[in-house]
Amino acid sequence: MGAMLSVQDLVVNYGSIRAIKGISFEVNQGEIVTLIGANGAGKTTTLHAISGLVKTKSGSVSFCDHDLLSTEPHKILGLGMAHVPEGRRVFSRMTVMENLQMGAYIRNDASGISEDYDMVFERLPRLKERRKQAAGTLSGGEQQMLAIGRALMGRPKMLLLDEPSMGLSPLLVGEIFKIISDVNESGVTVLLVEQNAKKALEIADRAYVLETGKIVMSGDTLELADNEEVRKAYLGG
Amino acid sequence: MGFISQVINGLGLGSIYALVALGYSMVYGIVQLINFAHGDIIMVGAYAMFLLLTLAGAPLWAAVLGSILFCVVAGVFIERVAYRRLINMKAPRISLLITAIGVSIFLQNLSQLLFTSSGRTIPSMFDLGTLEAGSLQVPSGSIINILTSVAMMVGLSFLVNKTKIGKAMRATSEDADAARLMGINTNHSIAFTFGLGSGLAAVGAVLYCNTYPMITPYMGGLLGLKAFVAAVLGGIGSIPGAMLGGYVLGVAESLTKGYISSSFTDAVVFGILILVLLVRPAGLLGRNVSEKV
Repeated sequence: MGAMLSVQDLVVNYGSIRAIKGISFEVNQGEIVTLIGANGAGKTTTLHAISGLVKTKSGSVSFCDHDLLSTEPHKILGLGMAHVPEGRRVFSRMTVMENLQMGAYIRNDASGISEDYDMVFERLPRLKERRKQAAGTLSGGEQQMLAIGRALMGRPKMLLLDEPSMGLSPLLVGEIFKIISDVNESGVTVLLVEQNAKKALEIADRAYVLETGKIVMSGDTLELADNEEVRKAYLGG
Repeated sequence: MGFISQVINGLGLGSIYALVALGYSMVYGIVQLINFAHGDIIMVGAYAMFLLLTLAGAPLWAAVLGSILFCVVAGVFIERVAYRRLINMKAPRISLLITAIGVSIFLQNLSQLLFTSSGRTIPSMFDLGTLEAGSLQVPSGSIINILTSVAMMVGLSFLVNKTKIGKAMRATSEDADAARLMGINTNHSIAFTFGLGSGLAAVGAVLYCNTYPMITPYMGGLLGLKAFVAAVLGGIGSIPGAMLGGYVLGVAESLTKGYISSSFTDAVVFGILILVLLVRPAGLLGRNVSEKV
């Protein structure tokens, strides 16, 4: 069997602007792969293209041998891929519990769902205290945890994470990255998009560096972290 | 007629506005569209009642159910045919608005073609005469309206807050893309909202016909506009707001009729709208949300 997620020659246009200029990458089962790059490099657009939220110009995306580009966005979670979008995008007027229920929207196994609430609350105890609160009243870190918890409620095989560290204090960033590692160890494959390259390289197995819509470098995270250019551009020298 | 009877009559009339306002508000909440064809659904419901009662000779309960069902189907059909493509291509709101006005004109003219522009009379429905309690006298219609609207509101709250489809509706209205990522088919949530709003408008139509049995192809115009005012007054997008706005408007209208002059009612209704827009543009129960950039 090949890679779990395979993106080939993906091109995305925004009007006349070519945002993604033909990128290819793969994520194998069990890995954490990170896509790092500066603001505007096309990281979020890449994830949106995978999830069907933006239309692609050409190329292919296959996940567990399904062609994602011809799959409607709301059917992708059913194939086993959950997407935690940039900026959390929790349903702020709904309670924490209702947000988790939405994460399990496609499931019908009541007992499995209630086990997973326990699993999420065990992993993210702060959510348990706040389960009756409206999600909009949570702090940024708690909202990020909720967004991850909500995605886990779909029992995904693979998690797409878009800038989970955005706007969080260093302490919380550490906590969120710990959660991501734990989730990965429990068997969920992770594709992590990050501006915080240092942190992302620490937990990931492999990395791709995206610059203005192109992949300019890729490899094992240890090698990349030693690479002169990467150090200069993304790790602060 | 005493003050209390006036208020009760006002609440009775307001119940109709409230039921119709819910449709405006829910549809706006989910697709940010002021569905100007929504008022005409009242007319569709009224003519469905008329046909079922007179031509088909259906019993009253069947006519009521049939009319509600017909409006639900009409609402879903209109969304599918007129709005869905625009919604899915994220068309500018003005395109949706113009389409809604087009649908409204279409429905009015279709009805004129089928039934001529002269009015029709609906046979009397639930007439329990006038209810008396001591010196208080109120027509039974007002009480029926109030009870029905409250029952609908309770049912709707349950549906929206407790059921899976209701939660999917709320999720879609908050963030359609995030809802898609949860596996929610947002097209279904939106169609459901249109069907639900149209069904509630049909209930409003039944109550309206019970009180004012004269129906015309253009009856939805002013009635729809007032219900829209009620939705804005309460805070468009808010379900309790739509109910509150409807009641406030009905009472204001009834008191104006009773104490000033019936020719002033529309002036008062739209005067209230202007006042609210000046003082509290988000409406009585509306949220102040800043536009996302």
